[in-house]
This record gives sequence, C-alpha cells and structure tokens, in this order.
Amino acid sequence: MKITQLSVFLENRPGRLSALCRTLADAGVNLSTLMLSDNGEFGLLRLLTPDVDKAKATIAAAGYAATTTEVVALQVPDRPGGLAGVLVLLEKAGVSVEYMYAFAERPGSDAVMVFRFDQTDKALAALQSAGVPVFKPVDLFKA
Amino acid sequence: MIRNLWNDLEGTFFPESALDHMPEARLREVQLQRLKAVVALTYEKVPLFRERMDAKGVKPGDVRTLADVRLLPFSTKADLRDTYPYGLFAVPMSEVVRLHASSGTTGKPIVVGYTAQDMEVWKQVIMRTLYAAGFSRSDIVQNMFGYGLFTGGLGLHGGLEGIGATVIPISGGNTERQIMVMKDFGVTAVCCTPSYFIHLIEMAQKMGIDFRKDLKVQRGVFGAEPWTDQMRQYIEGATGIKAYDIYGLSEIIGPGVGAECHCQDGLHIFEDHFLVEIVDPQTLEPLPDGQEGELVFTTLSKQAMPAIRYRTRDLTSIDTRSCACGRTVRRIRRISHRSDDMFIIRGVNVFPSQIETALLKTEATLPHYQIVLTRKSGLDRMEVRVEVSGEMLQDTVGAMDALQKRFGHSIAQITGLTAEVTLVQPGSIPRSEGKAKRLFDKRNEG
Repeated sequence: MKITQLSVFLENRPGRLSALCRTLADAGVNLSTLMLSDNGEFGLLRLLTPDVDKAKATIAAAGYAATTTEVVALQVPDRPGGLAGVLVLLEKAGVSVEYMYAFAERPGSDAVMVFRFDQTDKALAALQSAGVPVFKPVDLFKA
Repeated sequence: MIRNLWNDLEGTFFPESALDHMPEARLREVQLQRLKAVVALTYEKVPLFRERMDAKGVKPGDVRTLADVRLLPFSTKADLRDTYPYGLFAVPMSEVVRLHASSGTTGKPIVVGYTAQDMEVWKQVIMRTLYAAGFSRSDIVQNMFGYGLFTGGLGLHGGLEGIGATVIPISGGNTERQIMVMKDFGVTAVCCTPSYFIHLIEMAQKMGIDFRKDLKVQRGVFGAEPWTDQMRQYIEGATGIKAYDIYGLSEIIGPGVGAECHCQDGLHIFEDHFLVEIVDPQTLEPLPDGQEGELVFTTLSKQAMPAIRYRTRDLTSIDTRSCACGRTVRRIRRISHRSDDMFIIRGVNVFPSQIETALLKTEATLPHYQIVLTRKSGLDRMEVRVEVSGEMLQDTVGAMDALQKRFGHSIAQITGLTAEVTLVQPGSIPRSEGKAKRLFDKRNEG
C-alpha cells in the first residue's frame, strides 16, 4: 500500500519552517512525521499526516509550492541486520531507494521506516512476495 | 441609428476598420497633407518646437514629402517634464476637454491633453484596435487597466463603448474580486497588462477556477508593457483565450497607436494618424525598413498636444510585408524590449526579455522572476531570483539542484553571462498590479 507524502519547497532562511508548521497547526492538521533535506540554499520538507488532502489544501492556500509523492512504510525488525535484510531484498529486485526516514511513532515493537523508491510498484511486489509487512495508511496513522 | 445597419454584418465588416485598408498611395497622400498641417500648427503654437526648428534653420514649408520628416527636430519625455505641465500644448486650455498624466516614478509626472476632436480620434483608433482583436458588441468586457490619470483604463473604455460592447469598468487590483466578477458576470473578453493577467491566472488556479470550464473568456488585449511570444503562449495555453498585443503611449495618444490582428504577427500602426519611423538610438539616423531601432512617432491629427518625432525608447522594426488580414497599414514587430530597460553588465548589453526567454526555455510555464544587479569589490553580479511553483517542484533536492543549473545554463546560452540563480518560495517576489518591475539595479547602492 502506498502512502501519500507531501513535499514542500522552503527557502533555507530563519522562520520559514516555523511559519509552515504554524499554518498547518492553525488548520488543525496533525503531523505524524517530518523529514527535511536541504542543500544550504533551499530545502524540501517531506511530511506524513493522516489528513493529507487538508494539509495539501492548506499549504496551497498559503501559497507554498508543494507536490505529492507515493512512499511506502515498512515494518523493519528491530534487531541488527533487520534493515539490511529488507534492503538486500530490494536490491535483488532491482529497485533503488531514493531516500528513507524513520516514522516517528512506533505502532509495535518493530521500527517503521518510510521509503521513497525509484519504482514503487516493483518494490511493493518484491516486498509482498517476500512477506514483508507493508503498512496501509489507515493502520499507520492509527498508531 | 445608421450604425445598426452594420450590426447584421457583425464579425465581417466594421466601418471604422475601413481606414486600416486604405490604398497605400492614398494613405501616403493623407499622411503628407496631415504632416504639413501638424508641423505648421506646432511651429506656430509651441515655442519649444519653434526654437528647435529655427535653430536647425528649418521652416514648416520645407516639409514637401513624407521623407522630409527627418528634417524635423526630435522630442523626448524630458521635453514634457521640462515644460510641465502644459508647455507643449498647441491649443488654449478652453479647447482642452481631458487631461491625463503618467505616474511619475521619478519627480514630476508628464501631462497630456486632448481636444474634443482628439477624444473622438482616440475612440476611433481604439475601436479599430478592438475590432482587429475580434471584439464586438456582443462581448462583455472586463477592463482591468487602471482608471484615472493613466490613459489605459479610460482610453480602452471609450473605444469599448464605441463598439457597443458591455463594459465592466473594474480598473486594476483586487485580483480575487476580478476573478469573481469574471465568473459571475459571464465575461467574454478582457483588457489589462500581460503581467497582471499572468498574476490573475495564478490566482485563479489557487482558487480552483478552471479558465476553460468555469469562465467564458475568449479573448483579451494586453499592453502597456513589453512582453514576449513565450508569455503569449503561456497565457493562451493556460486559459484557452486568444491574447492580442496592443501598443500605445500617453505622449502619442495612449492605447490605440497600434494593434495586432487575428494573424498575431506584428502590430498594425494606425498610420493615418501616426507617422512611424525607426532610427538608430545612438546616431538618430533613420534606419531602413526591417532593421531594428528606436521607434519614433509624429502625430498627424492630434490638436491639443501634437508630438513631433517623439522618441519612444521602444525598440522594434517596420515590417513592410503585406498582412494576410488584408490591412494595408504597415506593421511593427511586437516590442519585447525598450532601450532604457537594457542594462549593461560586465560590458554585455542585456534585456530583461532575454532572461525571460531563457527561463521559458527551461520551464514550459513562465515563472515569476526578478533580476538583481549588485557590485561586490568592483565586480558586477547578476542574480536571477526565480519563484518555484507547484508544477516545477520535484521531490528530491538533487532534481531541484538540476533545475537551478538548467536555468543558469539557459541564461548563459542566451546572454553569454553567468548568472547566480536563486530558487525562492512562491509569493516572495512582489506582484505588480500594473506594469511589472523585473530589474533591480543595486550596483550604486551602499
């Protein structure tokens, strides 16, 4: 199951991130997890929220440049080699990870990692046939 | 009213436009006759012009052919400022029925005046402008040019009433309300600056309004600032309307000096009222047809404030080829830059329109941009600030880095100069509700 992630363009200047967070807070949007990557001049803020449509509309109305991307959330065994096992599996399937980050909340004892793949459908098929549990949005945000 | 006779033929024949089709020989005769008259009038009534003529040793009687226009002295915007407010008027104030003035960004504004006959001529040339762009009495027109001292709003207004269209005199500003009116009033045609319309397209997108589905706008005339073919493609692509370029300046009459026809291939000049020349902006020598130079106008019928060889600072060339629309009045190439917009950086001449072309080569849609020139330890730097839109945004920093590099590369290809491209958040570059200001030269600050 794919999860819809929202990416927002931010200039790397004081107050930009807080302004965006305030806008979302004022609209009552709850953020489940955030990841920021930047090049010193500008950054992309990726965020996951149970209410992606509302977040998107709020951000667009506030005049931000934003786009949505499909990502995959996986349960990764919380032990040495847990992540490596998943990555090897994907490598064998010929899928590359563009970036990944940890989901802030842990629904169970295992870790939850969010992946952006170059070929999302192919990755999902490989994970499914190997029996790796993939989160549905409803289960991910329930936790 | 006899005018109603023509209404049955709507879209096929407009009596006012007949003058656009005058046989060329007859047109030149009319021009010569009017040129002689305007030179005589101006010599008699305007001291500044008479002094300049006398200094050159030229008398009104020396103008025997149209080519003799080159004997006459040039005039510039500075002359209007120096003689502020009424120094170039050729009639007593009792004959003047209307004044307009330019927004004076530096110092005093310039003032222009119209007699009752001038107002009638103005209306006629705007009607010809509108007919050329396919406007008719069935149109509901939202006129977003500023009303007031600016010639754009009231100038278009007179012509729109002349053709019998339904005019909405909304003036500029308050973009959300403009869009609401456009939708609720069933607007079919618009008038404004191209940069404002682009701003309006963005706002409509933000409001979730689809031009093709939610609005009835079919056509628009856009002017009062230089714009490019790429901007037209953007406007037409984003909205499905036909976008026509119109040309004018207050010093000559206001809008109504020239207009595009349905061929959208250059602007027909209403030559029976305006004598057009192209000169080299440095030597002021006349240039042959087809060669680019500064556009110079002599008004042939203006009474209140005739203009003799007025230097517009706009750069273009005369196109003598016949137009597929059948109009005999000649065309000028659309104006994409002005001689005073040009900036020189590291010895290279650059026009803001070249930067625009470079940005449009990289992205299909025209981003908002700003050119900032600075000087650091004697070195000139050109920064191009480009707003990132939702369509441009990609989800990886690497892809955005690559976009930034493509902008820089494209600017280098077109101008031969390295520019520092900065990607900025939407809305961080101020929007214009009138003419867009793209260039900020801070080299002599601080």
